Amino acid sequence: MTLELSLSHHFETFSLQVDIQASPGVTALFGRSGAGKTTVAQAVSGLLTPQQGRITLAGSVLFDRNLGINIAPNKRRIGYVFQDGRLFPHMSVAGNLRFGKQFATNPLDPKNEQRIIDMLGLGHMLARRPGTLSGGEKQRVAIGRALLSDPRMLIMDEPLAALDTGRKAEILPYLERLRDEAALPILYISHAMDEIARLADTLVLLKAGRVMRAGPAVDILADPAAVPFIGVRHAGAVLMATVMAHHTDGLCQLSVSGGMLHLPGVTAPVGEQLRLRVLAQDIILATARPQHLSALNILPAVVTSLRFGDGPGVAVGLRVGQEQLLARITKRSANELDLSEGRQCFAILKATTVSRDSIGQ
Amino acid sequence: MMFSAAEWAALALSLKVSLCASLFSLPFAIALAWVLARTHFWGKSIVSALVHLPLVLPPVVTGYGLLLVFGRQGVIGGFLETHFGLILAFRWTGAALAAAIMGFPLMVRVIQLAIEALDPKLEEAAKTLGAGWGARFVLIVLPLIAPGILAGGILGFAKAMGEFGATITFVANIPGQTQTLPSAIYAFLQVPGGEASALRLVTLSVIVALGAVFISDWLGRQVANRIREK
Repeated sequence: MTLELSLSHHFETFSLQVDIQASPGVTALFGRSGAGKTTVAQAVSGLLTPQQGRITLAGSVLFDRNLGINIAPNKRRIGYVFQDGRLFPHMSVAGNLRFGKQFATNPLDPKNEQRIIDMLGLGHMLARRPGTLSGGEKQRVAIGRALLSDPRMLIMDEPLAALDTGRKAEILPYLERLRDEAALPILYISHAMDEIARLADTLVLLKAGRVMRAGPAVDILADPAAVPFIGVRHAGAVLMATVMAHHTDGLCQLSVSGGMLHLPGVTAPVGEQLRLRVLAQDIILATARPQHLSALNILPAVVTSLRFGDGPGVAVGLRVGQEQLLARITKRSANELDLSEGRQCFAILKATTVSRDSIGQ
Repeated sequence: MMFSAAEWAALALSLKVSLCASLFSLPFAIALAWVLARTHFWGKSIVSALVHLPLVLPPVVTGYGLLLVFGRQGVIGGFLETHFGLILAFRWTGAALAAAIMGFPLMVRVIQLAIEALDPKLEEAAKTLGAGWGARFVLIVLPLIAPGILAGGILGFAKAMGEFGATITFVANIPGQTQTLPSAIYAFLQVPGGEASALRLVTLSVIVALGAVFISDWLGRQVANRIREK
């Protein structure tokens, strides 16, 4: 099921003009506040009527200005998870879930309903009122309510932005399960790259109402040219790693296509596939294999592209095995090492720089 | 306290008039409160001013206006009599109409505040879950503003119980037919030896009014609590 949209909408202070194709899986819209992310989400859900454009979902037209088609939000069957939850305060958790189910075109059978309640861990809070739930619990109920309305796709508009780091870490695994278990296209809106790196299959970078980059998340996250839009401190590629062994000294051995990594803090069982976000600023480059070094992880790499920024930094795209990696070093280092496209080098990753939050399923 | 037959009649009539007035005007008050709280159109301030006019106009002017429009010779009054056989002037139905119009601004005001306190984001959420207009109104809006509606209704009822100026101008002061509680108090004060009766009815009026204000105030706080997700 594919979402295709082409919109233009002018506000007093900025204008939005975007063309986006979202394939099945998680499509993340990334951008700063005011980039137009929520406007896109609201246009897709029908809560906002764009001035120009066309939106189709799996071939059916939701909105077409020229044809005069504008399906009402309550007829679009698009689940929407808001940043602020928006649970109905006068209903219990069960009541909120029932509200979602009540208007479903094809209500889920009790087995699937129970599966969603289990997946989100809602079973023990059904009798409670929204006012007594924590922020993370509220968001889980909001997700469950949206799923029970039997949507054709799901929009998640900054679902974690109102939560503190602890709650965020608690709810991210639920979102990963949702991505893998529910066969729904998800439009995921966020200004937090750590969430996107863990969840997104496709990534769309928005800036001031325009699409800067769009494509597979692993490619864009590893693209030196995308660094200015992501921000130098948040740029970093994602590697697919398989858990090979847990060593007695607390390190976990992981296999990536370019070699082996040893990292602390991994609890996933042997054989599990993980998404590993490696920040560009955490990588050191060397043109010869270094020795007598405390850093544990040294992967042979080939420079694929270089992007010199306006400041003292350079973003270096690397190929490591079949995968891509992104490193950020200084211009001085790049010149001294004489880095250029095609140059063989070694990417060095200090084990303790990969935080627990950067490891996803 | 023992009441005479005339006092009972005045109390019973007042209750009937006030109950009819508040119940019949409630749906209109909700609709108008919704329009004033949620819509924007040219001339909205004029509509708002017209609704609130009976609050500031001398009641006798409102009563005289009712007589002109709803009297048997009036435009609407004549129409109602020839087509529906409904006569308002000098009947208890007229007293109910006068009471309804005088209490209407209070009702609209209280309900409007409840609607304005309601976050439209909740209705947006209901929309994305597939709920149409009617379902949203019945399942989300009404339950959340219910205390406000009740408070507005009670305040309208209390105002109707106390209505005097417009009522006596429009439907006069006929014992057993249009003599409401305030009209009866006025009449008892006009005759020698009527003070005792008047005092009993005054006490009753004070109790009804105080009770209504307390209850509507308490219900208003319930609205706030519900919406604050507590």
